[in-house]
Amino acid sequence: MTGANTFWGGRVIQALESDPGIDVILGLGTEAPSVPFERAEFVRADQAYAILHRIVRAAQVDTVVHTFLMVDSTQVTARALHEINVIGTMNLLAAAGASDSKVRHVVVKSSTMVYGSSPKDPALFREDTPRSSPPRTRMERSLVEAEALVRDFAEDNPATVVTVLRFGNVLGADIVTPISRNLSRRLCPSIFGFDPLLQFLEEDDVTRALEFVTHREIPGIYNVAGSGMLPWSEVATICGTRLLPLPPVQTRRLAAPLTRLGLVDLPPELDQLLRYGRGVDTTRLQEAGFRYRFTSAGTVDSFVRASRLRRSAGNPPPAYTYEHDVEQFFRHSPSVTGGER
Amino acid sequence: MAPRQVATEDRLSGEVVRLPLMPETEPLEDPRLGDVDTWGRSESFRALLRTLYDPIYSKWFRVEWEGLDKIPAEGGALLVANHAGAIPSDAPVIMHGIEKELGRPVYGMADYFFRTIPVVGTLWSRGGGVPANPLNAYRLLHDEHQLALVFPEGTKGPSKSFTDRYQLRRFGRGGFVEIAMRAGVPVVPIAVIGSEETMPVVLRLPALARALGIPYFPVTANMLLLGPLGLVVPFPAKFRLRVLDPVTFDVPANQERYTKSRVMEEAERIRMDLQENVYDMLQTRRSVWFG
Repeated sequence: MTGANTFWGGRVIQALESDPGIDVILGLGTEAPSVPFERAEFVRADQAYAILHRIVRAAQVDTVVHTFLMVDSTQVTARALHEINVIGTMNLLAAAGASDSKVRHVVVKSSTMVYGSSPKDPALFREDTPRSSPPRTRMERSLVEAEALVRDFAEDNPATVVTVLRFGNVLGADIVTPISRNLSRRLCPSIFGFDPLLQFLEEDDVTRALEFVTHREIPGIYNVAGSGMLPWSEVATICGTRLLPLPPVQTRRLAAPLTRLGLVDLPPELDQLLRYGRGVDTTRLQEAGFRYRFTSAGTVDSFVRASRLRRSAGNPPPAYTYEHDVEQFFRHSPSVTGGER
Repeated sequence: MAPRQVATEDRLSGEVVRLPLMPETEPLEDPRLGDVDTWGRSESFRALLRTLYDPIYSKWFRVEWEGLDKIPAEGGALLVANHAGAIPSDAPVIMHGIEKELGRPVYGMADYFFRTIPVVGTLWSRGGGVPANPLNAYRLLHDEHQLALVFPEGTKGPSKSFTDRYQLRRFGRGGFVEIAMRAGVPVVPIAVIGSEETMPVVLRLPALARALGIPYFPVTANMLLLGPLGLVVPFPAKFRLRVLDPVTFDVPANQERYTKSRVMEEAERIRMDLQENVYDMLQTRRSVWFG
């Protein structure tokens, strides 16, 4: 499991821990995990996964879940983005594909951003629909490149099951994205004259989908997004925020002062998304047996409930701090006999 | 991962047997506020548009139909028509007309360029317009059994000069035939007269069009007579529409590709049929304004 310190990695590890069929869970992360693990082992590794090859060999890893693909360009520099998404994926796959590796299943958490967002787009993208325009932003380019690496890996290692999940816009109680930040403010950016249709995915459904494919070892590419689509204006209304229409030309340049002041979040990915939206066909994963808990509108609703609660009750204090020695004690000390951790 | 597709299917069916499906749940809660569907259309907005447009349809253009019964009462069908007038009135006339007379909505498919215009693009989509994309057309016709309207001439139809009126342009690359074949639906041609006179193109300004990034910039008789108002006010020409016999293709649906010769042959036949009927209707027309 990569990205053990990130939101998704931590969540999925917690979900998988309850499965007795899984012997050992190794979490790789660049920083200490933010959530407690029941039995998973945490290994600190740099984002290039230089030590991964050794780990794969030593621990006889059979499944790799790659959750560490960045999809929020406001959090990292362009260089770090490339290192994490492209170089990280490359090294990971190189280790997984080494001749002495026992890896037989690779799960990759990608994003529907690989489809882009352009006026030429179909209303719904299927997994095999090509993009209608070349990628414009660094984020999209890095994801497209990372997926190409995964595709090559799948071709070179026909015995390994490769699953790629493309997740839509995620909202939920805990996840923070440029979209969630915008929707939490009193004024939320829109682009004048455009009211795009968007799909949303609840954070729990993300974890459940990753868990689902990890258990079942189903190969292929799958779109993951809540059913139905909502216009951006309706999303804003549900969230109780007012739309601030930005000029449709030179949008990002003119919005730069607002972005600088932290009044709006407008990464390059959102500029097109807030014009043309994006929809994906999610029947393939449902045919494989996956059931969603939330529709797109249900996701927005669940997000609003959580933010209302936070507004009234304040931020819950961080419940957990990773202490390396303590974790090692619980896992390996002979005096820990089970039962109470 | 296309080459692995076959293995995917095999493994998939095997997996499903071994592991039970996730339990079926009740329909999920879907707390929507508006009525905009996944196509971007809003029924309440369309109802408003129909109320506003009906006087233009029946009083201004005084639309008359022939052969409306040839439009299938159910199932998907691809409607194709000749396209004319700088800002063409034929699309709303056909869409409103069929919905009014037969109660079936028509999804007008237009160039993606529409979507890039602020406000207009959004209203077009809320009103039932869909970007002309093969995947969209397939989903509308095959999966949802709807009526879709396309103008195979594209922008070449409305941008032609008034001196070329009622001379049908090339029908693109016959993409519409291929779409109908793939979706397994008939093509229903509709010949339209009156459209050319609603907004005659006197000349075009290609340099200005390029500068504005639009397909063509027409100078119309309406603009010369009415000034800026001429951009939105069409002349009250009498509209007559004739629905021709539906064309079906005896080819299997859902094919990736169809032979270009067959596609072009069918497209050309439909074009000739429309052209002949347009000429025929013009022969019996006594007056542009009264029909």
